[in-house]
Amino acid sequence: MTATFPDLHMPPRLLAPGATPADLATHHQRYGPPAHGDPEILLRTVAESGLTGRGGAGFPTYRKLVSVAQAGRRTGRAPVVVANGAEGEPASRKDRTLLRLSPHLVLDGLQLAARTVGAGEAYLAVEDGVIWLESALARRTADPLPVKVVRLPKSFLSGQAAALARYVSGGAALPTHQRPPVRERGVHRAPTLVQNVETLAHLALVARYGADWYRTAGTPAQPGSALCTVHVPGREPRVVEAPYGLPLGRLLPLEGARAVLVGGYHGTWIPAPEAAELALDASYLGAGVLAALPVDRCGLAETARVLRYLALQSAGQCGPCLNGLPRIAGAFRTLAAPGPQGTVRADLARWSGLVEGRGACHHPDGTARLVRSALTTFAAEVDAHARGHCTATDHTPLLPVPEEG
Amino acid sequence: MSTAQHIDIDWTACQGHGLCADYLPEHIVLDEWGYPLVDGAPVPVGTVRRARRAAADCPVLALALIPVRAG
Ligand code: SF4
Ligand code: SF4
Repeated sequence: MTATFPDLHMPPRLLAPGATPADLATHHQRYGPPAHGDPEILLRTVAESGLTGRGGAGFPTYRKLVSVAQAGRRTGRAPVVVANGAEGEPASRKDRTLLRLSPHLVLDGLQLAARTVGAGEAYLAVEDGVIWLESALARRTADPLPVKVVRLPKSFLSGQAAALARYVSGGAALPTHQRPPVRERGVHRAPTLVQNVETLAHLALVARYGADWYRTAGTPAQPGSALCTVHVPGREPRVVEAPYGLPLGRLLPLEGARAVLVGGYHGTWIPAPEAAELALDASYLGAGVLAALPVDRCGLAETARVLRYLALQSAGQCGPCLNGLPRIAGAFRTLAAPGPQGTVRADLARWSGLVEGRGACHHPDGTARLVRSALTTFAAEVDAHARGHCTATDHTPLLPVPEEG
Repeated sequence: MSTAQHIDIDWTACQGHGLCADYLPEHIVLDEWGYPLVDGAPVPVGTVRRARRAAADCPVLALALIPVRAG
């Protein structure tokens, strides 16, 4: 299903080579024993490394660790740490792949993060169906803190920090109005660090090898590497580890592409000629999804399918999201078919503005981002559709969208 | 130091009753579905009382006045 690239851009740091899961012995052989240094020193190293979160938001890991540790001291409550491997994005496979191939790297990172913030509880949240983690955990007899595996129902939003904190606390996996934020009041109302599993794996290596080593990949402004899920038509999606700053064209072939979707279903469509000028950049990479749309496909039809899915995934809790997302999806469906468009373009622009920033989570914002980038990138196609034509010749669905919402 | 106050809506609670728009028409209008569109500006000192009343009278307590802060 997924493999590391044969034409490596860098020796993979995170994924066990050969696409074979690394058991604990193999893991120790490859990386050496875990580092259990002084939390203060580790914090400084993380700050120097420039490590950022790999769940999509790209927040500096150091600052997150510090704020949770401080919230713990301020409230007198031991924080909770949740490793977030609940990859809700249907186009992303990197967290699942990492957990399958290198579970112990994630678990090392989880222990380190827990120690750094002074956590009293640790959880590993994964999607329903991920079954092998208990056996990996059972081997780790030296871990100071026991880790509980939590399985989440498969949904786009279950990995959202507040939804995750609520689910681990025994509630539904739905976002909440987060004030104060999860880092101050999360699982069982304790300060909670929710950290993506890839971030934790990087943390485990930063602790072992230091900040300078980490910075040998990437650019001075964006050091390190990231796991990307690369979609090329006609091939299985691949999970690739690539340094920031790598030209996009080296990750996915752009000849014959009309556009590229970067950052996943809350991401941005970019026309292929523009994408050819881009380097891998955390500001748009989101959770690492890159998908090429060939010239013979219709970007509007693809976007319409994704928007329908996103509207169905709306938790339906917030008025603007509940009202806006289905309307946006419906309007986009009209655009996706050649024929009269009526007021659809104006409606889409207005509704995108109305949902933005008006929900308990960023689902409406991400949806509006996708809509706007599609309208810009596929402007010529929208015009062609209005005249009753479609430039695409192949109408087979391309982007992975789960059948039922 | 008197901190500026912001109007904050809990979108998971707000039912679009629109009462808040009656109290604070210069800061809140309703969108086409009946949900409040808040202008986002700090609430002027002279309006804070009225804003507090709007918060207290919101039938589902979805509206709050919170100190302006980042994040
Ligand atoms: S914004 Fe939408 S998806 Fe997010 S919590 Fe509200 S209703 Fe649910
Ligand atoms: S009064 Fe309360 S429930 Fe009604 S629109 Fe305003 S915030 Fe929403």
